[in-house]
Amino acid sequence: MYKVKVFVTLRESVLDPQGNAVKHSLHSMNYNEVSDVRIGKYLELSIEKSERPVEEVVKEMCERLLANVVIEDYRFEIEEAVAQ
Amino acid sequence: MKFAVIVFPGSNCDIDMYHAVKDELGCDVEYVWHDEKSLDGFDGILLPGGFSYGDYLRSGAIARFSHVMKEVIKAAEAGKPVLGVCNGFQILLEAGLLPGAMRRNESLKFICRPVQLKVENNQTMFSQGYEQDEVITIPVAHGEGNYYCDEVTLASLKENNQIVFTYHDVNPNGSLSNIAGITNKAGNVLGMMPHPERAVDELIGGADGLKLFQSIVKQWRESHVVNA
Repeated sequence: MYKVKVFVTLRESVLDPQGNAVKHSLHSMNYNEVSDVRIGKYLELSIEKSERPVEEVVKEMCERLLANVVIEDYRFEIEEAVAQ
Repeated sequence: MKFAVIVFPGSNCDIDMYHAVKDELGCDVEYVWHDEKSLDGFDGILLPGGFSYGDYLRSGAIARFSHVMKEVIKAAEAGKPVLGVCNGFQILLEAGLLPGAMRRNESLKFICRPVQLKVENNQTMFSQGYEQDEVITIPVAHGEGNYYCDEVTLASLKENNQIVFTYHDVNPNGSLSNIAGITNKAGNVLGMMPHPERAVDELIGGADGLKLFQSIVKQWRESHVVNA
């Protein structure tokens, strides 16, 4: 069993209206050291071991559904979970 | 000519679409549930607006993998007219039938009001009833209609005259190049954020959307009915 953490964010080249709104709010609270805010999604998947390498399966799922690669980037971390 | 209105869990403009086709256009139309495995017998496919699957993950991302979408893709490849409005447009983008993607509106607000559109290309099966550069009024109602594509895709949309409608004067959502509606390269798949099915009767504020449906029927009759 694997525990997989997937992070999906808008690509650098794509304006993030939500992130911009949060950045302005932080500036209005005098956190002037903030130069950029990007808002994304965080997904946790539990994946059973199969014949296919888990990296390959996760990458495919990200490309096909979890991220829209036209506007989003993704990265993931895989941990092998110890049986309870 | 017989139309299918595809219904997903969370669609909410399906009844308006049905009404527009049945009562205002005067054509045959049936609802088709998202897990149907055939679209045989339908000549035109309509994907209505709404919040399919609650917009979970991304607008249209989950609907895109429903059974019926395999058939919608087949119909599109066979050259049948496919119209996606609002959430229907988002589903067509996710399905790869149209290029690009949707972002949240620049204002981060849900917008719901009539907007003016310019007909950028009246040489499509969806827009031949309009004059070139005609300005029409159609309502929008969306939170994610901020169209985006990369520069190469935009250049190709322009080169192939795939941009059918743009926002006139005021861009309500921040979309790239004021894009409101685009077709695929073949010209038989149209996605648009504004709702033509909500503008089919003067009684409810305007009928500028009706010509879009009439255009589809005219094209179909010319190619399918002898002595039309």
